[in-house]
Amino acid sequence: MKLLSTLRDPRYYQIVVLTTLLTIGIVVLDFGIHWQNAVTIMMTAQATQFLGTRLAGLPRFDPLSALITSLSLTLLLRTELIGLAAAAAGIAIGSKFLIRVHGKHVFNPANVALVTLMLLSDHAWVSSGQWGSAALGAFGLACLGFLVLTRAKRAETTIAFLCVYGALLFGRAVWLGDPMSIPMHQLQNGALLIFAFFMISDPKTTPNTAVGRTLFATLVAAIAFTIQFIFYQPNGPILALILSAPLVPLIDAVLQGSHYRWEKPGARASASLKGVQ
Amino acid sequence: MRLMITLVTALVTFTVTTTAQAFCGFYVARADTSLFNRASQVVLVRDDDRTVITMANDFEGEVEDFAVVIPVPTMIEREQINVGDRAVIQHLDAYTSPRLVEYHDPDPCARHEVYEMLGRDSDFPAAANKQMRSSARSRGVTIEAQYTVGEYDILILSATQSDGLIRWLNDNDYKIPQGAERVVDSYLKQDMRFFVAKVNVEEQSKLGYKYLRPIQVAYESNKFMLPIRLGTLNARGKQELYVYALTRTGRVETTNYRTVKLPSNVNVPEFVDGEFGDFYRAMFEKQTLKEDERAVFLEYAWDMGWCDPCAADPLSAKELRQLGVFWLGSNGKEGKRMSQPQAQNVFVTRLHVSYDAEHFPEDLMFQETGDRTNYQGRYVIQRAWKGEASCDISEYEASVRERQEREAQQLANLTGWDVDEIRGKIPFAGGVQPESGRDPWWKRIWN
Repeated sequence: MKLLSTLRDPRYYQIVVLTTLLTIGIVVLDFGIHWQNAVTIMMTAQATQFLGTRLAGLPRFDPLSALITSLSLTLLLRTELIGLAAAAAGIAIGSKFLIRVHGKHVFNPANVALVTLMLLSDHAWVSSGQWGSAALGAFGLACLGFLVLTRAKRAETTIAFLCVYGALLFGRAVWLGDPMSIPMHQLQNGALLIFAFFMISDPKTTPNTAVGRTLFATLVAAIAFTIQFIFYQPNGPILALILSAPLVPLIDAVLQGSHYRWEKPGARASASLKGVQ
Repeated sequence: MRLMITLVTALVTFTVTTTAQAFCGFYVARADTSLFNRASQVVLVRDDDRTVITMANDFEGEVEDFAVVIPVPTMIEREQINVGDRAVIQHLDAYTSPRLVEYHDPDPCARHEVYEMLGRDSDFPAAANKQMRSSARSRGVTIEAQYTVGEYDILILSATQSDGLIRWLNDNDYKIPQGAERVVDSYLKQDMRFFVAKVNVEEQSKLGYKYLRPIQVAYESNKFMLPIRLGTLNARGKQELYVYALTRTGRVETTNYRTVKLPSNVNVPEFVDGEFGDFYRAMFEKQTLKEDERAVFLEYAWDMGWCDPCAADPLSAKELRQLGVFWLGSNGKEGKRMSQPQAQNVFVTRLHVSYDAEHFPEDLMFQETGDRTNYQGRYVIQRAWKGEASCDISEYEASVRERQEREAQQLANLTGWDVDEIRGKIPFAGGVQPESGRDPWWKRIWN
């Protein structure tokens, strides 16, 4: 029973999927991920989480979310400087403890780290084209599995984002008179899917209500599209998420709902605990 | 008059096979762009929003038949168009080409010698002008500017409707490939402008050039991209494109397609020096298929200050400025073969893609990364010792045979060539084929 209840925590599944993607990225697709960066990110993230837990006086050190953030950062962040890899992990986990409104952290940890480094340094970037279409089939299945396993709980963020972004891409193609192979190609982007399934879907940094989350995802999709196809800048979704994140407390204030808690044994009993994922 | 709607047309480069000593192995040959038919070459100089694009021109035929429609991301003026020097692109091609290097085994009988390689690692005629303008207006096309630059007559067009532009081009005896209208329409909606360049025969004969020089355009736009869709309309099968990006920070990659490094630093059999071109083409085709025909390949990424081994000298500061490297002062270092990094503040990325509309539906979008890791397509020949032996060299010969077998398998793997045919071309040391080379027959049936 204990095992069953542990497995109800969707983070285990996320860890498995992200690790698989990372392995494919390194072994099959040769992403050029330096193992030194991966280790640095993992260690810095856990150390920051530990420090934060102590300083915030939380009763229990929880390594899972920091691990997920580390995996996302390793998958998406490219840098030649090990110091920047460490800074990314520090910023990501640190932001969870430092930037909080009404007991919730505002920014998705990996997202805030990626954007900060990309804005401040020429030596950090995201290679959004590095997932070939060949790996996408397996990738799509893994993501679909994620939805099934979590019984589509809170999946409306991902679904709304992909639907709105897809509709905008197809709408643009129709307006331009472009063949449909163009929006199809734009949607078959590994970095976009990682973003949709593992970043924007983060229940901790999205609004508390389903309507709020749908509204939020729609906004992120619209801004992402504007950045990518009106301003012609790469990394539209990642930038759109950081720009929209400060609106979450506002949406929560208007649409009332309860905070998300990761499923874990006794989680309901300690409902007053302000979890930091 | 015939219009070739292509973004750029290929440049016929001459192959210089120089044998020169270099710092990392002995440079033997290079695989330059002349290996591939119909290869277009584009140099993209980019820093912030500023771009200078140089398009090589390999048009063969009557020059009065030549015209090219070039989409540009923004409105341009006369001073933004220039005619460049073909030799500079040829130099850039040579400098960045994949290369074959060779090493020689030392005398196996010379005990004291430790085998160690160095550094391992003018204005239009008035009447014609007036006629064109009035025809243009009635088609919903505005000729925004027109002038002669070098041997080219340049017309900068703006069209409110693409069918107007297409009809105007047809009226002026240009032949347009089918489907161009849709693409032109799409580009116009994305605020792109077009210019037409055709050869002014009179100017050309005055200038005395026997070939067409590359056209250069400098513009400021947030779009770091290369429009390739018009190029896919000429139903001539796949097109080869080389993009040389010159940037300040680091390597350039595509954001909407996979950028893949070609296999490099691989040992190949000695006979490859006679057929390096065939080897490289076969390897490129195999790798393209392996990537589902949807990848852009990285062939070279290096700081312009040096090279190792050098397929040609680095470009001089003067040549780089000719290509539009605007951030380089006039006191830059002249290109010399350098074994040690000499800061040039220019990073060159050579990308090679074989594309068609099916596999590359969208234009190429780029980004500059912070990666300054040097990469080159480098293939190595290790030559066996052929001198008179003054001792028993059977052990050495066995090790050479093993190496030769390994090289045969690597070559078969890279190119898809038949491993037995490869073995047939290898003079195995001691005249004996190694045991491992004689695969049982069943190993080959299902491969």
